[in-house]
Amino acid sequence: MPKKKTIRTIPQERTPMREQDPVQRVTNFAEVACGYRLEEMQIEAERCLMCPEQPCVDGCPVGIDIPGFIHRLTEKDYRGAYDVMTDTNLLPAICGRVCPQETQCEGVCTVGDTLEPVAIGRLERWVGDKAIAEGWVNIPYIEPGGFRIGIVGSGPAGMACAADMAKAGCDVTVFEAFHQPGGVLRYGIPDFRLPNEVIDAEIDNLRRLGVKFECNTLVGRLFTIEQMIEEMGYDAVFIGTGAGYPSMLGIPGDSLNGVLSANELLTRCNLMRAREFPSFDTPLPIGQRVAVIGAGNTAMDAMRVSLRLGAEKVYCIYRRSRTECPARIEEVHHAEEEGVEFHWLTNPVAVLDDGKGGVRGMRCVRMELGEPDDSGRRRPVPVAGSEHDFECDLVVFAIGTNANPIIGQTSKLKLNKRGYIEVDENLATSVAGVFAGGDIVTGAATVIEAMGAGRKAARSMKAWLGIRDIHLPYTARESSNRLFGIDLRERNFARVRAGATVQP
Amino acid sequence: MNSGQLSRYEIVAREDFSDVTYLLECYHPLMAKAARPGQFVIVMLNEHGERIPLTIADYDRERGTITLVIQAVGKTTREMQQACRVGTSLHAIVGPMGIPSHFDDVDKVVCVGGGLGVAPIFPHARAFKERGAYVIGIVGFRTRELIFWEDKFRSWCDEFIICTDDGSAGMRGMVTEGIRQAMEKHADIDEVVAIGPPIMMKACAEVTRPRGIKTIVSLNPLMVDGTGMCGGCRVKLGDQVRFACVDGPDFDGHQVDFEDLMMRLKRFAEEEKMAMERWSENCRMRDEIHLASDVELSTLSALKSGRIETG
Repeated sequence: MPKKKTIRTIPQERTPMREQDPVQRVTNFAEVACGYRLEEMQIEAERCLMCPEQPCVDGCPVGIDIPGFIHRLTEKDYRGAYDVMTDTNLLPAICGRVCPQETQCEGVCTVGDTLEPVAIGRLERWVGDKAIAEGWVNIPYIEPGGFRIGIVGSGPAGMACAADMAKAGCDVTVFEAFHQPGGVLRYGIPDFRLPNEVIDAEIDNLRRLGVKFECNTLVGRLFTIEQMIEEMGYDAVFIGTGAGYPSMLGIPGDSLNGVLSANELLTRCNLMRAREFPSFDTPLPIGQRVAVIGAGNTAMDAMRVSLRLGAEKVYCIYRRSRTECPARIEEVHHAEEEGVEFHWLTNPVAVLDDGKGGVRGMRCVRMELGEPDDSGRRRPVPVAGSEHDFECDLVVFAIGTNANPIIGQTSKLKLNKRGYIEVDENLATSVAGVFAGGDIVTGAATVIEAMGAGRKAARSMKAWLGIRDIHLPYTARESSNRLFGIDLRERNFARVRAGATVQP
Repeated sequence: MNSGQLSRYEIVAREDFSDVTYLLECYHPLMAKAARPGQFVIVMLNEHGERIPLTIADYDRERGTITLVIQAVGKTTREMQQACRVGTSLHAIVGPMGIPSHFDDVDKVVCVGGGLGVAPIFPHARAFKERGAYVIGIVGFRTRELIFWEDKFRSWCDEFIICTDDGSAGMRGMVTEGIRQAMEKHADIDEVVAIGPPIMMKACAEVTRPRGIKTIVSLNPLMVDGTGMCGGCRVKLGDQVRFACVDGPDFDGHQVDFEDLMMRLKRFAEEEKMAMERWSENCRMRDEIHLASDVELSTLSALKSGRIETG
């Protein structure tokens, strides 16, 4: 029996993660954070105290058994760690990379009271990457339930909901308007933060669960939510379409040709591969000097993409101070290391015209922090007479989004006054059998919060359909016998189901 | 037509109206069912392609097809002109996008189409007629040879005016001349719908503005997703900003800031030029290689057949 760990016996320093050198990495789109090596992972896993309070589990929006998977890592039972993980989260390689752990699990970690918290996100990522490398997938025995579930949007909310409903034995189809699935993970988050191969691997896992993906399908316009329930035979529908509709700057010059939303910049670069223009047809001319307005994660992504596309100078313009900056700390660090110039407490007043429809520069005003506002953050107020101009030729705005209007235009679903879908505490909408979650309900939030909403909606959907939430029995890994010509190791009974014509 | 055999987004018919204008009829039964006049699709030719918005020119619910009429003006539309043969498939078609046009409560309407807009104005004319309106159709072409769908228009319009730049058919002049003529003859026009190049739609809006006739234009700015997510297609209406993809594509022509629209259409002018030049160069080289290899192939097959005969 090993000695009980105490705060003094565990490795005191948080294990750093190797990263591509900033000078090197701004020239490529390869992943910045390289992930733990085996030894690094083991040292970091030892830092978990296995405290009985487990605040991290409550800190996780999807409630991953964090001490459980870390314990298995310390036991060198890596597959076991993956099994614990996938009980609650089917997408560890994604969450390990993009969750704001510092405000979630790591923010409440007991070790963090005294030392730097356990790097839970990095350990989670290690498990996810290991599973992808080994080809592990946990496909539970799926009881054919006969329920058909339609999911609108293939982003994190839709993926999480699809996974849970497929595991509950439902026939799940995910509809995506773009030509590739993944939603914001695909079009928004750049490759150097979340490589496409990771998204592909996680989507393949869903496909192996039996989830079908239908791309190029704009729900609302090709068919409506009501049609899905009334004509197309879906027993329940989940809407996870995201927020979309970027907020405009609303200042003079914001329709100039050198002004675009971060969403547009990122979509052109990531999904449409504009960075490989002209091999790919979508263009994206980047400026020499790029000003990005806003300081959230999307803004950080836009800045770092601009650097990689060849911008010489990238400025971050944010009206509050660094303390109020909503981006993940790691993203701000990375952006700073890569040479982004931060202009805190600065607000744009106008985009300046170059006389040919393009951008010559920006006019900004200095701000200072006044009294706290509704969000609890100190309200920035302009400093009189502090207007100043600077040169730039591309302006990217990342100042938030409004509700996408398509579902509202095409269905009877009740919306709130800001245009987001109104739901009850179980994420049920005003139409029976239709649930919604993620940004289209809450407004812009994080990937993991969207996943949390997708899972919550799945629980409500199961209750509504009368599906018992059984514990899913994973068969032992060692069983390699075959039954009726079916390889049990695949743990997939889809073929039996496909052959059955009559429901018992 | 055996629809069971058709693959997704397959081109089932094609018609070439001129050197630059061609029609593609694409198999997409769900879209054919859902499409309404005024809506558009976003198309990708191949997986390296860009996403381009194209107005739905017609749809056939029985055949399960939608019709696109395309002008080969840029790299993608020219590449499509070469690649899209009957039996081939597009990489992606998504839609129908945008808010469908309104046709009710109109007794007398003028439907104007020019250039790219001739085809998409047709379903408007038909929809108005089906709802019992008196429909005056006006279409503009450069010259007689470019005219298409004249019979289609005549069968749904109460009056039909063709305008040609050179006067080789119909009346000489721009479609605005046609509108003026219609306005002189009819004092009770409720609405004008104009689809075409921005400069034409602008001119139409200016003609009707003094009389205060409601004028609807269908805008076709640059787009990426077409779902309201990127804001690339934003247009100015007075002091308001709207996204053509989800708030349009139909807008009040008297409010649209056409200067802004035309400036924004030139956003990627340099890149478009570069892509065009690179593509033309590739085509030229490919043609040369083909020519060369055709010679080799014919020599080779001659040799082969010779050997078979002698062997």
